[in-house]
Amino acid sequence: MNLQKTTEKTGSVMVVGAGVAGIQASLDMANAGYFVHLVDNSTSVGGLMAQLDKTFPTNDCAMCVISPFLVEVGRHLNINIISNSEVESLEGQAGAFHATVRNDPRYIDIEKCTACGQCRQICPVTAINEFDCGLDLRKAIYIKYPQAVPLAYAIDRSACIGCGLCEKACLAEAISYADTPRRTVLNVGAVILSMGSSVYDPSGLDTLAYGRHPNIVTSLEFERILSASGPYKGHLMRPYDREIPEKIAWLQCVGSRDINRAGHGYCSSVCCMYAIKQTMIAKEHVSTPLDAAVFYMDMRTYGKDFDKYYTRAKDEKHVRFIRSRIHTIEPLKNGDLNIRYVLESGDVQEETFNMVVLSAGLSPPPSAIALAGRLGIDLNAYHYAQTADIRPVNTSREGIYVCGAFQGPKDIPQSVMEASAAAASATETLADVRWTQTKVRELPAEVDFSGQKPRIGVFVCNCGINIGGVADVPAIREYARSLPHVIHVEDNLFTCSQDTQEKIKQVLVEKGINRVVVASCSPRTHEPLFQETLREAGLNKYLFEMANIRDQNTWVHMASPAKATAKAKDLVRMAVAKAAYIEPLPQVMLDVTNSVLVVGGGVAGMEAALGVARQGYQAWLVERGHQLGGMARQLRSTWQGEPVAPYLSDLIDAVHRHEHIQIFMETQVVHVTGTIGNFTTTLVTQDDEGKEKSTVIPHGAAILATGGHEYAPTEYQYGAHPSVMTHLEFDVAATKQDNRLLSAKLAVFIQCVGSRSAERPYCSRVCCTHSLKSALWLKTINPDVQIFILYRDIRAYGFRESLYQKAREAGVQFIRFESENPPVVSLTPGDPSEPNSSRLSLTVTDHILQRPIILNPDLVVLASAILPNENKKLFEAFKVPANADGFLVEAHAKLRPVDFASEGLFLAGLAHYPKTIDESIAQAKAAVSRTMNIVSKTAIMVGSVIAVVNPERCAVCLTCVRTCPYGIPRIDPEKGHAVIAAVECHGCGVCASECPGKAIALKHFTDEQINAKTDALFQAA
Amino acid sequence: MTAWEPRITAFLCNWCTYGAADLAGVSRLEHPPNIRIIKLPCTGRVSPAFILSAFCQGADGVWVSGCHPGDCHYIEGNFYARRKFALFKNLLEHMGIEPGRLQFSWISSAEATKFVEVATTVIETVRNLGPSQQFVKKAMNLEPEYEFRKTG
Repeated sequence: MNLQKTTEKTGSVMVVGAGVAGIQASLDMANAGYFVHLVDNSTSVGGLMAQLDKTFPTNDCAMCVISPFLVEVGRHLNINIISNSEVESLEGQAGAFHATVRNDPRYIDIEKCTACGQCRQICPVTAINEFDCGLDLRKAIYIKYPQAVPLAYAIDRSACIGCGLCEKACLAEAISYADTPRRTVLNVGAVILSMGSSVYDPSGLDTLAYGRHPNIVTSLEFERILSASGPYKGHLMRPYDREIPEKIAWLQCVGSRDINRAGHGYCSSVCCMYAIKQTMIAKEHVSTPLDAAVFYMDMRTYGKDFDKYYTRAKDEKHVRFIRSRIHTIEPLKNGDLNIRYVLESGDVQEETFNMVVLSAGLSPPPSAIALAGRLGIDLNAYHYAQTADIRPVNTSREGIYVCGAFQGPKDIPQSVMEASAAAASATETLADVRWTQTKVRELPAEVDFSGQKPRIGVFVCNCGINIGGVADVPAIREYARSLPHVIHVEDNLFTCSQDTQEKIKQVLVEKGINRVVVASCSPRTHEPLFQETLREAGLNKYLFEMANIRDQNTWVHMASPAKATAKAKDLVRMAVAKAAYIEPLPQVMLDVTNSVLVVGGGVAGMEAALGVARQGYQAWLVERGHQLGGMARQLRSTWQGEPVAPYLSDLIDAVHRHEHIQIFMETQVVHVTGTIGNFTTTLVTQDDEGKEKSTVIPHGAAILATGGHEYAPTEYQYGAHPSVMTHLEFDVAATKQDNRLLSAKLAVFIQCVGSRSAERPYCSRVCCTHSLKSALWLKTINPDVQIFILYRDIRAYGFRESLYQKAREAGVQFIRFESENPPVVSLTPGDPSEPNSSRLSLTVTDHILQRPIILNPDLVVLASAILPNENKKLFEAFKVPANADGFLVEAHAKLRPVDFASEGLFLAGLAHYPKTIDESIAQAKAAVSRTMNIVSKTAIMVGSVIAVVNPERCAVCLTCVRTCPYGIPRIDPEKGHAVIAAVECHGCGVCASECPGKAIALKHFTDEQINAKTDALFQAA
Repeated sequence: MTAWEPRITAFLCNWCTYGAADLAGVSRLEHPPNIRIIKLPCTGRVSPAFILSAFCQGADGVWVSGCHPGDCHYIEGNFYARRKFALFKNLLEHMGIEPGRLQFSWISSAEATKFVEVATTVIETVRNLGPSQQFVKKAMNLEPEYEFRKTG
């Protein structure tokens, strides 16, 4: 598909790197009117996340949460996945780039390969399984992992001996040894780089003995060991002798925070959390008690619910956390490992473990660094894409954006947020070419079968020999012919192949078939494909039922072919029985209001409003106060030192000027009705004379960016002495060149003031960075000042670690205190005749000397917590949940970090969790991208598999209202029964099974349909 | 007629345990063919009536399996299932259905090995209990009422 190079702006975009960030960016843009080319150098999308076992802090199964995204990206009409490929060059400029992409040979035709796996069964060559980090073997012909997208095999030519067995075995004729590299030129308007991260290889660190002993594994290897689909099928064993370990050590900061040997001065941001996760999951995996010890420097659990997770590991799971530095790992003869380490006090200790996990840091993949060079974008000192804090997803080259771990080491939710942010930024300048390159599937009108008896067609798949080689397919076919309502049966070599699909379409029309049953593989992988075929033949896609006779039958009962045949007959009979009861589920089209309401006029709110406006849609910006800017008004600079004030005044200016933004100051939201695409919100504005004026706003989506504020300390003599200030007050004083700062001889910063306490068991995330930055600034303007930072853990995550390094180089002294023994600040009365002459005295126990020391500071800066703003009524109006700490709760901690569980509502900024200004900007832009999935459309389709209420049976008992996990059912006072909005229902069916009056039916899974299956199962075969 | 084999109906959620059953296939994990799976969006959709119906129709065992706590695709559907069946199981036992004929589990879509282990355990437990007698006879007597349920 070599295209003509054009110089005109195009509505296509390219995403390079198909990990979780690349997938999110692609889906966002494809759903908002752009055609996406998704390029990845691997044979499958999914990236690093697909290799993980569980994810923190919820311990969700990683594959379970990512696989629906994999399927969606794989089937999207407007996403072209280009696997096994590298971008060679990028010419042109923003709006009209020409990308040359080299497609490396896969030796398998993706279009023909059905992933039946026959080739793998027959391939005589084994090779190292890289997906399992070399802990396992695979064949030379392989699929990266079972849920891979595109779901097609590939040949590893470095291992393949060219014997030709697979070519003979492949009935789909998909194998092509003669495959050669091809080049494609793509016209794209913007590029997003999401090449992700590789894991640091610790074999260069000789003291850790990695690579010299099999029981020393990296964290990624351990992730595969824990994985149920990994090399040991989820049984926790150590590689050396497959014994179950009783003692495992985790060593933190391997290849991170290490400028001496690793050359990585940065913190990898994720290792503390994944190590904690691994300790807990490992303990769950073994029946015997497992002694888990984590050797660390600072515990960096700075994210939402991270500190609670850490506390749980410590207090409930009894994981040992040992603050230390590692000297050496010495392998012992029985496979055990002896660790020599040094405690904070300087004591050298030794302990023996059965296994050691190295919490290896992240580093940019070499291929990504090379690509960045070809694209000519700036990298930072550690070869990550360089970005500015106020433009967190823009690279140095216009039209090229970056997100995820290639911008800096980060966790999944932060990557997903940035991915959406990059999608919004990349498409901002392409708003006028939206929907110009996207494809629309032309479909015939749906045939109305109402009143007709079921006319069922049954298609039984041989799947090469995957089904037919075990079960007796002709017998199953003939059995199906005998079932009620069946008017057509056939068996196919591959029911899913392109030519069979065409034939099926013809048969459906010719024979007037109005229900279709396919007996083949799993509906999880193939239902959408067959449904598409039905739809193309004019059938509603729900007139379809599948019998899973491969994955759940012939693949698992190979040893009992007769029983597999009998089971297949049962499954076909059950499917036919349900098919007789299924009905078409038409979707209803609802018009969409193309505007977005943004609540909160801080940085997040303003960025969101401006983002929406720049995408070409109306934004309503509501602020309850009398000025815009929120907390950023007090901030001096971002952590990288970019001044905030000019940025903020430009932003306020831009928001005021933009024709698509209407600002409502001193305004509150009082009432919200409606659903995704069509909300109606009532605003009440207080005018200068105190009169209230209400305005009704229609909008398609809403972004809540209601912000936060600084905790007002009650401790450390705050308020009792003018030289005790919070860190935001320090920023304001710094801007004013306040003499308290300029003349200070001894300044003390106290961390975790109001954070990580029993009352507020969360880390405020920004304070360590802020104190480091403030201390460094103070040193610059007042070189003689002596500075102490009193801390619990220094949480300078990512590249912020460089501030910690610089602070130590600048002579700032760090004293660690325990939460149960915090510093004490007292006032020594001074001259009674002079105001403010009392002196400050501070006592803290030094962690190295192990004894109290007394300081007499003339400046005390308190790193006080960030609290969410109080907005109970607002949150109730939108029916959005807040957690125990008052922060808004997103739909999913990992993959939906800016969405609420209720469709059409999004969140950004401090209302979600404490975060730095660059993270707030990214989240605001991400929220914009998410709203574009709605407001860029003229209409949305709703309905299908949803719960519907039969008003005659509804007794208004409120059971459905109470049980719905999403709070969708409501009682309509006028109609006098429960109503479930089709547009909001997620289709879980909880209400249908709980309703005592049987008034609710879940479409496609009605009682009648499910009972038909059960009944059919026990009818004599 | 060959030797008696237990017949077991399984109600599995689409997102987790059904996925594990598929993965068992992809991983070619052989296990006995006594289970017939009915896929539902969520275990929260499983009504006690489905289970009764299965026993009435002649199932020797019923197995309900969904996502692990906290993993539910629909936030908390599996908790509703758990709550409902803790009670329902007692009721069934009170009615004379032996403990072990109705089983519940939580299996994630990555746990193919666990799927096979639990499936095998369910089959063996039911096999040891022998054919289910309790409801099969009664179901015949209650045919008119049963018809009423189907149409109602």
